[in-house]
Amino acid sequence: MPEKPKAAFYWCASCGGCEESVVDLAENILGVLDAVDIIFWPVAMDFKKKDVEAMADKSILVSMINGAIRTSEQEEMARLLRRKSKLIVAYGSCAHMGGIPGLANQFDKEEILRYVYEESPSTANAQKIRPESETRVDGNVLTLPKFYNVVRSLDQVVDVDYYLPGCPPTPRLLKQALDVLLSGKLPEKGTVLAPDVALCEECPRKDTKPNDLSFVEFKRPHNTVIDPNKCLLAQGVICIGPATRGGCEALCIKANMPCTGCFGPTSRIKDQGAKILSAIASQIEGKDEKSIDKTLDTIPDPVGTFYRYSLPVSLLRKKIS
Amino acid sequence: MREKENNKDNNWEPRIVAFFCNWCTYTAADLAGVSRLKYAPNVRIIRVMCSGRVDPQFVLDAFSKGADGVLIGGCHPGDCHYMEGNYKALRRMRLLSRMLKDMGIEEQRFRLEWISASEGDRVRSVINEMTEQVRALGPLGIPKKFEEWDKEMKEMENKMQGKEVTANA
Repeated sequence: MPEKPKAAFYWCASCGGCEESVVDLAENILGVLDAVDIIFWPVAMDFKKKDVEAMADKSILVSMINGAIRTSEQEEMARLLRRKSKLIVAYGSCAHMGGIPGLANQFDKEEILRYVYEESPSTANAQKIRPESETRVDGNVLTLPKFYNVVRSLDQVVDVDYYLPGCPPTPRLLKQALDVLLSGKLPEKGTVLAPDVALCEECPRKDTKPNDLSFVEFKRPHNTVIDPNKCLLAQGVICIGPATRGGCEALCIKANMPCTGCFGPTSRIKDQGAKILSAIASQIEGKDEKSIDKTLDTIPDPVGTFYRYSLPVSLLRKKIS
Repeated sequence: MREKENNKDNNWEPRIVAFFCNWCTYTAADLAGVSRLKYAPNVRIIRVMCSGRVDPQFVLDAFSKGADGVLIGGCHPGDCHYMEGNYKALRRMRLLSRMLKDMGIEEQRFRLEWISASEGDRVRSVINEMTEQVRALGPLGIPKKFEEWDKEMKEMENKMQGKEVTANA
């Protein structure tokens, strides 16, 4: 019997939701197990780093890596899997663009560690002890991964072949991706494995989107009642759909929540945050600084709103300090 | 810290990217030229058809490629050749400047000015003023920052490459 192709799953700076999305394949996961041997999947199976190290280079067909890169350990595992795999898929928003952990790029490492280990209300740490990458205890050296100053997407660390977008990717997209990769008919390197059109194209509320919008005030989902049948932008709720790739089946919209942009931009957009900022701001009603500013005051966190998942791959990457 | 860098590089001159609209500000810059008005040579002018054509991505791209400042010039409110373009520019840039501030870029590095075709003198005064303000702030130097940030990755890269060499040997 010919050997089955090998696949690996790994997680870096992520929440675990991407791992769940693999399990969400439900009965289809049996088909996956028929087609490939999963040789490494720390969240579900007991294989060790040394097992991967012992494998021949390029012997894994595909490694699906989720999560951003924030520590030296994550970087090391990404580089190791790159060496052992023919294909690397950046799985989910964090690996694709830095994701939610990437919002930490609004702060320096020092600010983050100081807050978490000294200043946060729930911290009791009078000696101000912080994790060190090396600690001596009774003559022995204990080590921890290094915490980097910058959060990175996977492709800022290793060469990435394909991207599977989403927070998390839908089971349907994962299944399609596996089918394509196993078929041997590989798409062009660098392809994002989702349709290259804006979410609005597949939005069930598409027909209610007016040609001209006129924002006076932006509303947030927790302080307004959202009409489930009307375009969210037409209701003054910021929806990132116009600057976001479709393929998610408009799941958030169907749950009456605006798109926050997890699928990333289409291929024509360089910087997702700047693009949606531009689209939304240009349709504010005011014509003078004062009234425009009054409308803008209702967006309390522009960076977090427009770069929710893509700050590390934005043109500026990180707060300049 | 920026001051220190400034001292290190005595030859540093501010680099300002300017997007001027074809109908007003670019014509005004032409007028400044034919009127032989002298202004700081620190501005690289890019002609666009309308200030409303300036995508916020252009501004970020300029900064990320090494601009120390970005200036946008358009027609006065009500005078836009395309009716609404300059209002769109104003709205976008108001929001963009909030975001730039959050991203650590000083407000004086980014400016939007209305300069009509007859205001050659104003082109001179705005450019001179902005050049001096940016000079006082020192270099922004984002490409250099990118290099500095990515130094933390060198160690692992070298370590892993070392491993690879021994594994193959």
